Amino acid sequence: MGNNMRGKRQFKRSFYKLADSPYMFIFPYAALFSLLIVLPVAVAIGLSFTYFNTVQAPKFVGFQNYIDLFTGDTIFLQHAISNTLFYAVLVGPIGYMLAFFLAWMLSQVPHRIRTIYTVIIYSPSVTGSIMVTVVWKVLFSGDRTGYLNYWLMKMDIIQEPLQWLKSPELLVPIMIFIALWGSMGVGFLAMLAGLLNIDKTMYEAAYIDGIRNRWQEIFYITIPSMKPQMLFGAVMAIIGTFNASGVAATLSGGSPPPQYAGWMIVDHANDFGFTRFEMGYASAVTVVLLYIVILFNKISYKLFGEHE
Amino acid sequence: MSVVRSLIKFNPQKLHKDQWGFHLVLLILSLFMLLPIVFIVNHAFKPFTELFAYPPTFFVKMPTLENFRLLINFSAESGIPASRYVFNSLFTTTLVILLTLLISSLAAYALSKLSFRGKHVFNKVNTLALMFVPIAVAIPRFLIIENLGIFNTYLAHIVPMLAMPIGIFLLKQFMDQVPDDLIEASKMDGAGNWRVYWNVMLPLVKPALVTVAILTFQASWGNSESSSIFMDDESLRTLPFYMNTLVAQSGNIVAGAGLAAVAGLVMFVPNIVLFIVLQNKVMDSMAHTGIK
Repeated sequence: MGNNMRGKRQFKRSFYKLADSPYMFIFPYAALFSLLIVLPVAVAIGLSFTYFNTVQAPKFVGFQNYIDLFTGDTIFLQHAISNTLFYAVLVGPIGYMLAFFLAWMLSQVPHRIRTIYTVIIYSPSVTGSIMVTVVWKVLFSGDRTGYLNYWLMKMDIIQEPLQWLKSPELLVPIMIFIALWGSMGVGFLAMLAGLLNIDKTMYEAAYIDGIRNRWQEIFYITIPSMKPQMLFGAVMAIIGTFNASGVAATLSGGSPPPQYAGWMIVDHANDFGFTRFEMGYASAVTVVLLYIVILFNKISYKLFGEHE
Repeated sequence: MSVVRSLIKFNPQKLHKDQWGFHLVLLILSLFMLLPIVFIVNHAFKPFTELFAYPPTFFVKMPTLENFRLLINFSAESGIPASRYVFNSLFTTTLVILLTLLISSLAAYALSKLSFRGKHVFNKVNTLALMFVPIAVAIPRFLIIENLGIFNTYLAHIVPMLAMPIGIFLLKQFMDQVPDDLIEASKMDGAGNWRVYWNVMLPLVKPALVTVAILTFQASWGNSESSSIFMDDESLRTLPFYMNTLVAQSGNIVAGAGLAAVAGLVMFVPNIVLFIVLQNKVMDSMAHTGIK
């Protein structure tokens, strides 16, 4: 009887100990993280070495997919890679600098009006993909009833309506423009908050130490004091640019867009994966994309990370 | 010192003529950013004649609710009522938010205040995962969802949204600000980890919870991928997917442009209203977003 009681108590105690263990807290997320982030990446890498059409079991083909991708896939080589890099190199840094510049200006106006500006500048980033179709397609519509065409013709800047969304030369700049318009999201907010939290005495000390102008102030005080937020903003900017897919097809009204203008690596992967069901090949495309994303992040960690 | 103070123009209390330059730039840029949104609002209220008027008009002259009515009637024709998509979206989004908040705050508490083996590595991995681009692994995720046996169920909307590195990251950074003494004190009083988590930690990190909730809402409310990739059953698909198909079809029907504008508003307005209402809390938690 007494033994039984002790056993019960012991069981109870060890149960509490188990329930209170840190692993109980981390477990749900760790499981989901493994299932939804680690495993997909591993599966993508694994499948990229196979031929897999979703009906038959995957067949190991070694590096064949990568060899095909880098030697034979002209659409990938000439359009997907160059478009993605071009787009990322333009939208990423420009959007990033714009976000910093806007946040910097915002940090120097009074609170109430700053809130209004901030909401307005942030709002395009949450408009969603339907907005692209609705607003930009109508504004850039190619006939003379298109808003931009109408205004430009009225002002005698152009004589004939321009096919904004059907010509490859115009489609890509428009995509970049739209992306920049919608890029003032979480990263921008973080940078603004970072700016507002810089200790004022830092500036006072700097002015006493002989900082003479606002440029010096930005480079010697502001940016170094908010490096962690700058890095967060950079990471957000990078994901934002690589997340873009299907925009060109939406704007031009068909997939693939004319002459594969604005055709991204993600579009290429989805095309092979979900249209042609060549999952192995599509996975190889995905792996290349992930590698590029990591590369870009490495660069921003180099620039803004605090080196230990 | 007062001379120095007057040089610092940062986070001012009042309007000052030094700021005019900033106001000019910010005003012009804000107007420009706002233009497409003003346009879509106007477009949504335009009657048929104004939608196709030549010359095209920017502002609505005779506002009407015709497009909104059309949206509701249109859905009746597609077999499944719009209310079904709205329900699916609200239902899945609510669950995603609640579960994300729970799972993320639990993990963030452990990563910030508890000690266990692998904590440091896990923090590093999670920070690296901030750069993860879910859309890039749509294919493996599709295979995983299928193998889990949740293809074509509500779970396929919910589960893929639950691993949110940025949520853990934000919460953990915010929890790092909570002094350890406070937790030690509660533990002295005999509180276990769960009680500290629930009674001490959660109330203190409300701003960060709000921010994570908003980010989750945006992600889930606008998520059309799960409907197109993980669903076959039309009645299980969500609002953004339905709006996308509406917009895609709207090219073929006469009043499509107005209909599409209404659809765009339906997706956009909840996001921005939430942000406006809660922006104070969001800015509060954003201050701790830095990656070190």
